[in-house]
Amino acid sequence: MTSDARSISGAAGRFVRWETAITALLVAVFVGGIGVSPDFGNSGNLSFALRDLSEIALIALPMTLLVVCGQVDLSVASVLGLCSALTGKLWDGGMSIEAIIPIVLAVGLVCGLINGFLVTKLGLPSLAVTIGTMTLYRGLAYVTLGTGAVSQFPSTYTDMTLNNVPGTPIPYPIALFAVLAVATGVVLHATGIGRSLFAIGAQEDAAYFAGIRVKRIKLVLFAVSGVVAALAGIIYTLRYGSARADNGLGLELTVIAAVLLGGIDFDGGKGTLGGVIAAVLVIGLLRNLLMLNDVSTETQSIVTGLLLIISVLTPRLIAVFREAQGRRRGARPATPAASS
Amino acid sequence: MTVRLRLPRRVFAAATAGALALSLAACGGTTKDSAESSGDKAASGKTANPNAPMEKGLKLAFLPKQVNNPYMKIVDDSGIAAAKGFEAEAKEVGPSDASASSQVSYINTLIQQQHDAIMISANDPNAVCGPLKQAMQQDIAIVAYDSDTAPECRDVFIKQASSEDIARTQVEMLAEQIDSKGKFAILSATANATNQNAWIELMKKELEKPEYAEMELVKVAYGDDDDQKSFQQTQGLLQAYPDLKGIIAPTTVGIAAAARYIDGSEYKGKVAVTGLGTPNQMRQFIKNKTVEEFALWDPKQLGYLAAYAGGALASGQITGKEGEVLKAGDLGERTIQPNGEIILGPPTKFNADNIDEFQF
Repeated sequence: MTSDARSISGAAGRFVRWETAITALLVAVFVGGIGVSPDFGNSGNLSFALRDLSEIALIALPMTLLVVCGQVDLSVASVLGLCSALTGKLWDGGMSIEAIIPIVLAVGLVCGLINGFLVTKLGLPSLAVTIGTMTLYRGLAYVTLGTGAVSQFPSTYTDMTLNNVPGTPIPYPIALFAVLAVATGVVLHATGIGRSLFAIGAQEDAAYFAGIRVKRIKLVLFAVSGVVAALAGIIYTLRYGSARADNGLGLELTVIAAVLLGGIDFDGGKGTLGGVIAAVLVIGLLRNLLMLNDVSTETQSIVTGLLLIISVLTPRLIAVFREAQGRRRGARPATPAASS
Repeated sequence: MTVRLRLPRRVFAAATAGALALSLAACGGTTKDSAESSGDKAASGKTANPNAPMEKGLKLAFLPKQVNNPYMKIVDDSGIAAAKGFEAEAKEVGPSDASASSQVSYINTLIQQQHDAIMISANDPNAVCGPLKQAMQQDIAIVAYDSDTAPECRDVFIKQASSEDIARTQVEMLAEQIDSKGKFAILSATANATNQNAWIELMKKELEKPEYAEMELVKVAYGDDDDQKSFQQTQGLLQAYPDLKGIIAPTTVGIAAAARYIDGSEYKGKVAVTGLGTPNQMRQFIKNKTVEEFALWDPKQLGYLAAYAGGALASGQITGKEGEVLKAGDLGERTIQPNGEIILGPPTKFNADNIDEFQF
């Protein structure tokens, strides 16, 4: 117990630096962007860049919690697609948006619970489970709507996803994200639940023996992930005014890239939500900036790929370096949990 | 040092309730039937000045369905060259995947870069609508080409050819190849492909003309735009109708598969194959005389016309209203049809004489 607690606080201390680094990168992209491109800094463009991140940012919140406790949910983009298809199908069938939203969120919840049950009850690794459900949910999306699209959503609802909060350059979906981000941040960093998540991620067995209800927590996290992906599906559908089964294809990878770039260790147990939010912004602004400078999509993906590799590699290198340094000084080597 | 624990059940319930409450926050009850579609054109109230000179130094951008698509590349390159001809600056930008939403970020970028006109081939007619309307509000001319957007989100649509012309050309080609006599079949894509079915209906109408009295359409087969299936359907048609004289395949997959089957069978030289195909797919069959002639539009002309439409809109020569005349350089003039459509013209026919001039 004490050893665990120490490793967590030690990890947190180390990752303050990572968070600082990613925030510095964000500032660099922002300031550099204004310098490089005259069209970058205006509020219209920044609003767009933010709005373009809506779904990625939303889904990154539960994904952060999942990765902190050593899990991953690769099915989020498929849940988004399924929920988009369902929204279109129900709207086409004459249902009102008010009636559709709770149904779709409930479907997202069920998708999340299925992931959660498979992981907790059957003890399967979440990577394998959600690769399976990723394909399954995407298939269901196609069964629901086929390859066609449903559009003609009323402008009152599409405007909700396209407009800014009056008087600010902040799009409504991002305002919603901000509220949920604060809630997630409080849960992760200021409550016992948050500490439990870190504990599970660092040493699942130890956490279990310490009395943390590991399975229950995981199940809840997958359920929340499903609901948020469904919410993102509704926003996506209204934002593009187009419900399709292939909506959000590949989006899960961007989300996971943001979470990792934000300093959450893929093995769990480390990281801060602030880092993830900064990383989401870095990815969005960088993409926007590269586009404004007519950099091709292929080159853009090279840049994001390199960023990701650097973000995964750097903490490892630092850990290796410190361990070597520690040994040279004759100090006690880091605990396995801290060095992983 | 102890880790405080709360009941996760409570969190779970709270999360669910919160999500539901959030969804119910918006009240009312708009359904599809009660919603009114907003069909207002963003750029209305402008008047065209047909005598306005083409402005110099316009910034134009082509936004294809996806970059690195050989067909779209020919269209866009030709458009970029055409723009250079009237001293505009043009470029091609676009996503590497043809997904519904992938073009949206590019439209925003082009708005920020203050382009004068955007030529877009839409992956999804509606997913691009919001940003295109924003662009129109900022006086950016929008030309849809090859694949239309919802009509209220663009000024004009450059249509490859009218459905009537596509149908007529195919019947004409077959009639020439079989001396307007005998049985023939149609090998289409899927049974519910909107454009294919429209063409087939128009072909049937065309066949009512007296000069085609001796031609008989015996069957419409469906190859589902699958090469293997189209191949098998061709085989089936020839077994079912041994005296078949020709096949019209109004789909690029179907015509290539049909030609391949005929090429390797005893029917070569006896059964005519025509329809819509691309020169690169069909070149070998033209060269070895399996196929005499087929048609499609010329993608170079499509890009050329799109560039001129963008330039003319940005210079105020046209606004996209029905009846206005677009002056399109070497292509001559095109009158704008209802719904802002500008038709490129009758399909281009490809045969042994001209096929090597086309690389797509």
